Amino acid sequence: MSYQKYYVPEESKYPIYIATALFLLVMGAAGTINDLGKPASNSVYILYSGFAVFAATLYFWFRAVIREHIAGLDSSQLQKSFVFGMGWFIFSEVMFFAAFFGALFYVRNFSVPWLGGEGEKGLANMLWEGFESSWPVMSTPDAGSGYVLADKNMSWPGWSNVLKWLPLWNTIVLLSSSVTVHFAHLALKNDNKKSFNTWLGVTVALALIFVGLQAAEYYEAYAHYGLTLNSGIYGSTFFMLTGFHGFHVMMGGFMLAVMLCRSVFYNHFDPHSHFGFEAASWYWHFVDVVWVMLFLFVYIL
Amino acid sequence: MSAVIESHNHDDHHHGPAKGLTRWLYTTNHKDIGSLYLWFSFAMFLIGGAMALVIRAELFQPGMQIVEPEFYNQMLTLHGLIMVFGAVMPAFVGLANWLVPMMVGAPDMALPRMNNLSFWILPFAFFILLSSLFMEGGAPNFGWTFYAPLSTTYAPPSVTFFIFAVHIMGASSIMGSINVIVTIMNMRAPGMTLMKMPLFVWSWLITAYLLIAVMPVLAGAVTMMLMDIHFGTSFFNAAGGGDPVLFQHIFWFFGHPEVYIMILPAFGIASHIIETFSRKQLFGYASMVWAMASIAILSFVVWAHHMFTVGLPLAAELFFMWATMLIAVPTGVKVFNWVTTMFKGSITYETPMLFAIAFVVLFTIGGFSGLMLAITPADFQYHDTYFVVAHFHYVLVPGSIFSIMAAVYYWIPKWTGNMYDERLGKLHFWLSFVGVNVTFFPQHWIGLAGMPRRIPDYALQFADWNMISSVGAFLFGASQILFLFIVLKTVMGGKKATPEVWEGSRGLEWTVESPAPYHTFTTPPKVS
Repeated sequence: MSYQKYYVPEESKYPIYIATALFLLVMGAAGTINDLGKPASNSVYILYSGFAVFAATLYFWFRAVIREHIAGLDSSQLQKSFVFGMGWFIFSEVMFFAAFFGALFYVRNFSVPWLGGEGEKGLANMLWEGFESSWPVMSTPDAGSGYVLADKNMSWPGWSNVLKWLPLWNTIVLLSSSVTVHFAHLALKNDNKKSFNTWLGVTVALALIFVGLQAAEYYEAYAHYGLTLNSGIYGSTFFMLTGFHGFHVMMGGFMLAVMLCRSVFYNHFDPHSHFGFEAASWYWHFVDVVWVMLFLFVYIL
Repeated sequence: MSAVIESHNHDDHHHGPAKGLTRWLYTTNHKDIGSLYLWFSFAMFLIGGAMALVIRAELFQPGMQIVEPEFYNQMLTLHGLIMVFGAVMPAFVGLANWLVPMMVGAPDMALPRMNNLSFWILPFAFFILLSSLFMEGGAPNFGWTFYAPLSTTYAPPSVTFFIFAVHIMGASSIMGSINVIVTIMNMRAPGMTLMKMPLFVWSWLITAYLLIAVMPVLAGAVTMMLMDIHFGTSFFNAAGGGDPVLFQHIFWFFGHPEVYIMILPAFGIASHIIETFSRKQLFGYASMVWAMASIAILSFVVWAHHMFTVGLPLAAELFFMWATMLIAVPTGVKVFNWVTTMFKGSITYETPMLFAIAFVVLFTIGGFSGLMLAITPADFQYHDTYFVVAHFHYVLVPGSIFSIMAAVYYWIPKWTGNMYDERLGKLHFWLSFVGVNVTFFPQHWIGLAGMPRRIPDYALQFADWNMISSVGAFLFGASQILFLFIVLKTVMGGKKATPEVWEGSRGLEWTVESPAPYHTFTTPPKVS
């Protein structure tokens, strides 16, 4: 076994561009958000410019890494670094969702029952007497303080209506996409690039369908249910959890779409070396698992 | 694993560093990035320290003396945020950058470009944070723990900038930690099994795991704040069914592991230094590793001991009390191991050893006051008093910061190739040691006597000890200028250091020449 040199680029301009882009992005975002409701704000242009630099740099950075791989600069040890790195990145994403699931757990089991007068800290009911705890909370403890109360919620509609229930179809779509991306992986391992492209294409299409259904659900919530970010803690947890998940679906779908383009247009990936695709598919499975949790804890229970 | 590592690239062009400013902007070298982190951390240490001196100047005498209460609150908040996220954490990341690849026999960090990104986010993030001082409504004024609703309903507009600054700091920490973990897991020299790793490497492996686990939770917390402030959600608003206490739960789920993030690398550093200057093998290596791992795991189930007085159910108060006291066991194991390592050693007291011994003694004092605070009924008395301030400054200043200073003195000959001035180093130590204790020890008493924390004015009976505390703070602050001078002097020149630097030093970093070559271990050494 001979040791292959671990490739360390002498220097790189990409990171400082990304750091600058992040600076512009967050300055622009914070300024834009602070100026919401005011007539004109220039911050939004800072935000856009940050995004443009960010996207462009990421493109060139990934292109550089792909070219290094094609040139054979990355030893198997370096490839292992990418594998570890992606795994730990997904772990950090798990913990991000854990914060929101934790918040959901807390409000459902503690703060809402306490405000409704139940449990050890039921004394809290004296703040807004008459508030009754239930989940989903369809009213807010202080109903008069500008909250938009929802008429309907997104929870389990009962067996008789289950087929008209959008989240069920979303679940079916997303679970199937995890299967199709796995088929794509198997096809790649069997050196069947055509089948790989097909299955990956199907996966990307399912991702798009999911995002479309989710958009329809949000439209329904805002337009017909009166369920918004501003309808109390149920709306808060519902939109933040499904919203961040939807955002991650878009990112994961984008990654898979990039992999599809790399495969179709550049004939990247071979049966033994395809970690770019594998990382994206891991991410996709992760997004899928989060959805199963959402389906369980946000929708059904 | 046992294969002989034969290099077939002796043609290795051993590049030195690039020239000019772009060397620092574009660098992928772990030593350059380590230096950047350390200098950045030192700059933040001075800025955060200046803010602490504003606080201590105001508290020198009772009555409103120097600053407005609003500005006092901003100083208090920024001091905490800058010291935690700008001084202590980047210093440890800088040490990890310099040392981990050398200690495990790796050519560099596993993901060198991302390493550069992790660093360069920080100056931008702290530029945003500091620029909030000049924004309408002033800088964040809600304390470094930014409890809702102070940080939501009643926050100044600059809170939005604060939120996004925290977001990118978190991204920096997560990327930095991923890099450390991957380096340790994937880049160790052949023969270096996990239980042969130097303890500083072990401490950082565990720290990095904690960071990846909790920084995203902090991101979640500030995101909920952002939504509550600007987009009408009610996570931390009971009127909508949420709970301000929820914020504290999420914050401290991040915050308690965070405090161990700021001490675990210090444990690693102390172990190396005490071992070297006692000229003995460290006592209880395996138990040190297990103790750190236990502390890390326990850190996830003790967070509510910061919240005993907010109205938790009784079962929670009891659980978090017992879980917290349990942490004293592995921590005690570590302290006893250090003491036992010194026992019957041929000890010499160079500056790093002085700082390390002071670390053990003073950190233990901070640990004991922590144990007092862990007792729920007692905490009802101590909560939000200066006793708490004394406690966490004892673990952070003579704890974390002394360990960082010890590390700088210990490894600076390896970094620069020059020995520091021992006489000045000792002077710096004694000034710091006296300064720290004069500053923080009296705060135990005024806290127990009932002086609340986070106030610009106080009752007359606390006047004397506050005055002494302020004198100590200025002494400590001034002595750090001496530290800067010593470091600069060492960088410029001094007695040449040998490769092993210290008699009795152990580890791969002492096998390479001093200063360490720009690229160490382009082919891995063999560890037996």
